[in-house]
Amino acid sequence: MTLFFEQCLNGLQFGLLLFLLAAGLTLVFGIMDLVNLAHGSLYMVGAYFAATFAAWTGSFVLGAVLALAATLMVGMAVEVVVMRHLYDRNHLDHVLATFGLILFFDEGTRLIWGPAGLSLPLPSWLNGPVQVLPGFQYSAYKLSIIVVTLTVAAFLYVLVMRTRIGMLIRAGASNREMVGALGVNIKLLYTLVFGLGAALAGLAGLMQAPILTVQIGMGESILILAFVITVIGGVGSIRGAFIAAIVVGMIDTLGRSYLPDVLRMMLSKEAAATAAPALSSMLIYLLMTLVLVARPEGLFSQGGK
Amino acid sequence: MSTRLTLRTAFIAALLAALILLPVYVAFTGDRFLITLFTRIIILAMASVSLNLILGYGGMMSFGHAAYLGIGGYAVGMLAHEGVLSGFVQWPVALAASALFALIIGALSLRTRGVYFIMITLAFAQMAYYIVSAFARYGGDDGLTIYKRSQFISPLDLSNKVQFYYVCLALLFASIYLVWRLVNSRFGMAVQGARSNDIRMRAIGFPTYRYRLVCFVIAGTLCGLAGALLANHTDFVSPAMMYWTRSGDLIIMVVLGGMGSPFGPLIGAVALLVLEEVLSGITEYWQIILGPLLLLVVLFARGGIDGLLKKVARD
Repeated sequence: MTLFFEQCLNGLQFGLLLFLLAAGLTLVFGIMDLVNLAHGSLYMVGAYFAATFAAWTGSFVLGAVLALAATLMVGMAVEVVVMRHLYDRNHLDHVLATFGLILFFDEGTRLIWGPAGLSLPLPSWLNGPVQVLPGFQYSAYKLSIIVVTLTVAAFLYVLVMRTRIGMLIRAGASNREMVGALGVNIKLLYTLVFGLGAALAGLAGLMQAPILTVQIGMGESILILAFVITVIGGVGSIRGAFIAAIVVGMIDTLGRSYLPDVLRMMLSKEAAATAAPALSSMLIYLLMTLVLVARPEGLFSQGGK
Repeated sequence: MSTRLTLRTAFIAALLAALILLPVYVAFTGDRFLITLFTRIIILAMASVSLNLILGYGGMMSFGHAAYLGIGGYAVGMLAHEGVLSGFVQWPVALAASALFALIIGALSLRTRGVYFIMITLAFAQMAYYIVSAFARYGGDDGLTIYKRSQFISPLDLSNKVQFYYVCLALLFASIYLVWRLVNSRFGMAVQGARSNDIRMRAIGFPTYRYRLVCFVIAGTLCGLAGALLANHTDFVSPAMMYWTRSGDLIIMVVLGGMGSPFGPLIGAVALLVLEEVLSGITEYWQIILGPLLLLVVLFARGGIDGLLKKVARD
């Protein structure tokens, strides 16, 4: 039972982390109608910055803050140099151009940091278990990820739904020409939104860094997961991305830990051993297919996109 | 104008002639590597030709096209592993398996549009990737070595490099011809009509879903054949053949060469793979040049290389 509870928390933590990536994707998607495959590169860049800055300053928190700011700057620079020229193009051009960006970022990272991966050690106060409930311990670091991501989610909600900037963002999503005609600096707004998305991706990357190795290509596999979430939730919907992220995180984590046992009850031992890893990797894609077959526009689509 | 227009025709004719005469050149210089490189280019060009049918003419942005390469390849690899070596069995099985897969994922995916279509085709390709990774009997993640190429009747020997080169080249020309005939037929017009205005096509009585589905299956089957060739070429199949970045490579070839143009995918495949070869000879970090180059093509060369050639012909 404790194990099950722990796996649920793991699923929640993974889902919330995925939400950070998906939120940036869905914002950029919904507002600029831009398919950004290079979002995973920003995640990778965030992790590399964090590992480097933490080593320089000797402080995990200071390194994380610096990395966040640096990823924000990289994101805004990418928007000004490249993305700005892609808004009036079709999705295929987006796919191709941002695929080119992935190559550039991957190779640039290899050039600067070398082909070997980096690691980001945790400070002692985060390294170790904490008592969550009597008799139940959980990793302090994973718990802090849950807290940070929930805070960010709340901040995003307030930003988008309760502030003037958020109002402009939502207005820009439904009719960009009209917002521009009313005297809003759309270009600046887009740069800020893209930068925000980049910073969220960077945050996800730097928080994942101590758990996994920081390496080239780390963005590619998680990018697809983030896209799946965006699509399940409905393009442009942050609420949809939040719900879909938690569902995907849970299904993926629980599927990986319990599917082998479930299959063993139904199939022979060898068949289960063969099928389990494939099936648990496929679960979320199956979920997405089911959702899209039932609702071709995702669960919480804004419509028209 | 008509004299300038021949520049594009001359370029394509020169490319085709060079491909046909390549083995003769190699016979004189002895540079065997060129044959291997260009066999690979021709096979991937064939895959791009099939992608161009749905992407360029049908407006269906499939991001999972490499799945058929893998399915066609694994059909050959698995049968060879089980001792079935005859190409007369292997190749039809490869075609049938790809057609069936295309029928299933097409039937489900074509209900969606735009970004959702991109993502759902990607999801199916990823599922296929995980399924073959799980086949422990056939090497799993590590892939499967093919010890004997597909066997045909006696004068035809696929392990002869030059013969295999010409087989691939002939099949490439055949698929370009097939796609060209298809898109200029009534069927092809209906599919292209559905790309520009689906609602109007349906209003005048075309069941566009069925037309698009048939087009999707033809493209998948053709790519499956390319997969069977690729397996024979590398003597090896692995799940990496169908990873999503490979689908991205195929899209790059089509768009780089020129979408919706009969010879565009061939030009794109030659350009991309030769460029890769040249750049990787210059620097180890060649992708840092290739990435921005792709960006520039998207930003400044709409219509790809074939589009540029047309533009030069017009000015």
